[in-house]
Amino acid sequence: MKSKAKLIERVVHGIFLILGLFTVAAVLLISVYLIISGIPAIKEIGLFEFLFGDKWTPTGEDIQFGILPFILTSVYGTAGAILIGTPIGFFTAVYLSKMANSKVKGVVSSAVSMLAGIPSVVYGLVGMLVLVPAVRKLFNIPDGASLFSAIIVLSVMVLPSIIKVSLTALEAVPKEYEEGSLALGATPIETYFKVSVPAAKSGIAAAVVLGVGRAVGEAMAVIMVSGNVANMPGLFESVRFLTTAVSSEMAYAADGSLHRQALFSIALVLFLFIMLINAVLNFFLKKNKEG
Amino acid sequence: MIGKVSKKRKVNIALLKGLMYLSVGITVSLVLFLIIYVLAKGLPNITWELLSSKPSYITGKIGILPDILNTVYIILATLVIVLPLGVGAAVYLTEYAKNQKVVAAIEFAAETLSGIPSIIYGLVGMLFFCQFLGFGTSLIAGSLTLVIMNLPTVMRTAQESLKTVPIGYKEGAFGLGAGKWRVIRTIVLPECVDGIVTGCILSVGRILGESAALLFTAGFAHALNGVFSGLTSSGATLTVALYVYAKEQGEFEVAFAIGAILMILTLVINLCADLAGKYFKKRRNK
Repeated sequence: MKSKAKLIERVVHGIFLILGLFTVAAVLLISVYLIISGIPAIKEIGLFEFLFGDKWTPTGEDIQFGILPFILTSVYGTAGAILIGTPIGFFTAVYLSKMANSKVKGVVSSAVSMLAGIPSVVYGLVGMLVLVPAVRKLFNIPDGASLFSAIIVLSVMVLPSIIKVSLTALEAVPKEYEEGSLALGATPIETYFKVSVPAAKSGIAAAVVLGVGRAVGEAMAVIMVSGNVANMPGLFESVRFLTTAVSSEMAYAADGSLHRQALFSIALVLFLFIMLINAVLNFFLKKNKEG
Repeated sequence: MIGKVSKKRKVNIALLKGLMYLSVGITVSLVLFLIIYVLAKGLPNITWELLSSKPSYITGKIGILPDILNTVYIILATLVIVLPLGVGAAVYLTEYAKNQKVVAAIEFAAETLSGIPSIIYGLVGMLFFCQFLGFGTSLIAGSLTLVIMNLPTVMRTAQESLKTVPIGYKEGAFGLGAGKWRVIRTIVLPECVDGIVTGCILSVGRILGESAALLFTAGFAHALNGVFSGLTSSGATLTVALYVYAKEQGEFEVAFAIGAILMILTLVINLCADLAGKYFKKRRNK
């Protein structure tokens, strides 16, 4: 009887172990698939030409696979979104954590959750029909679908990540720090910005890095407002990001062609970017925990 | 006290205060604008005919019933698979795992998964589920892709609530001679229902809003199907349908109608998450 019970325990233990290892298997699966499918095209095109070539003409007579325009667009687009989104998110987070009463905090927090929950295609749709025509009129350019429009949409989409993570970090600052500063004669607002914010700086940095990850990985909203032409990036040019390069051509790139393989290579480059961002994020999160 | 503050400091304080109010104002008005604009543009276009029919090339009319059903099928299929996986992983981490290296590996993997953009999930899902495993472009391939995407969320929420199960309950049961599996089944799992419910709500929200991961795995079709034939055939969810109608076909009225539906559902899901959070907190404090 006893051995039977032991056997059951062992089997159950094994089952839970397998369930636990599923996440690890998934990460391995994704990495292996991206590497295996991404390497051949890079080998054939040449790493240097692939990463630093500035022309992407996958079909036609002069076939070239250079993804520098996509890389730069992703970098500029993300940088722009972070530049606009960070101050707004940061000040909102400080207000919510230190100044807002519980009622205001509840309302604004739900608003932020809502911002995080809105599907990216809805952002894309509103961007397409409100933002793009407005940009066209405002700056008097032939087409408003541009890097600028994408930056605006992305800066809204990174807001919830920045606000939520900074808020958590700011709320974890020990009360004694602030009390000490107040007792020394600093006003509350001076205390928040000169004591609480520096104390939470790793957490706020993590929030910004998380925002970077969101912006780099966003595809559907961006594809609807950026014009999607493989130009070198200019603020009012129609541009294509790493993500949108993959999603816009995958549907018609012929099976087994170098074109299709090159798209997988783009995904591999995007994946490497994301892994790098994750590493930086983990660094800041760890630092924040250590305080 | 304020009287002793120098003028320069006062200006600085006022400036910071102003920036805070401005930022909060921008955030809140963005949300209000998005909700009101989409609802105002979309609600008038929602008709019973749109909701209850499928698109027809003969009459040129558009209906979104297949897209609604596809969304429901994908949500159900994903939850059915992801719940046991995520909760099981959480149970392993909190109850069984002794080897710190294994725990670190699983947690690192979960963190990595939550950072990967959905377009990459879509690509790998297409290569693995559609091509390698031979599911083809189908709702089930889409669901399996979403399972991997939502695994970290479910795992983490289940883990959080497992940590709150009072150790005394478990020790009492062990003391009475219960085996580990029995303790998990009768004490640990019933106590972490709140984590499972929260994980479900979060996942539903995420699945509802997902589009990039589904483009190449579940496809664009608008055919009307039952659950089982639906899972094996290609189909667009509401978000994918919105994208196709807006970007490829220029049918903005339909796109806004779908947008309004998605907006309302997002509001409902956020409300549910809030209520569930409050309810469970109250119950726990009792």
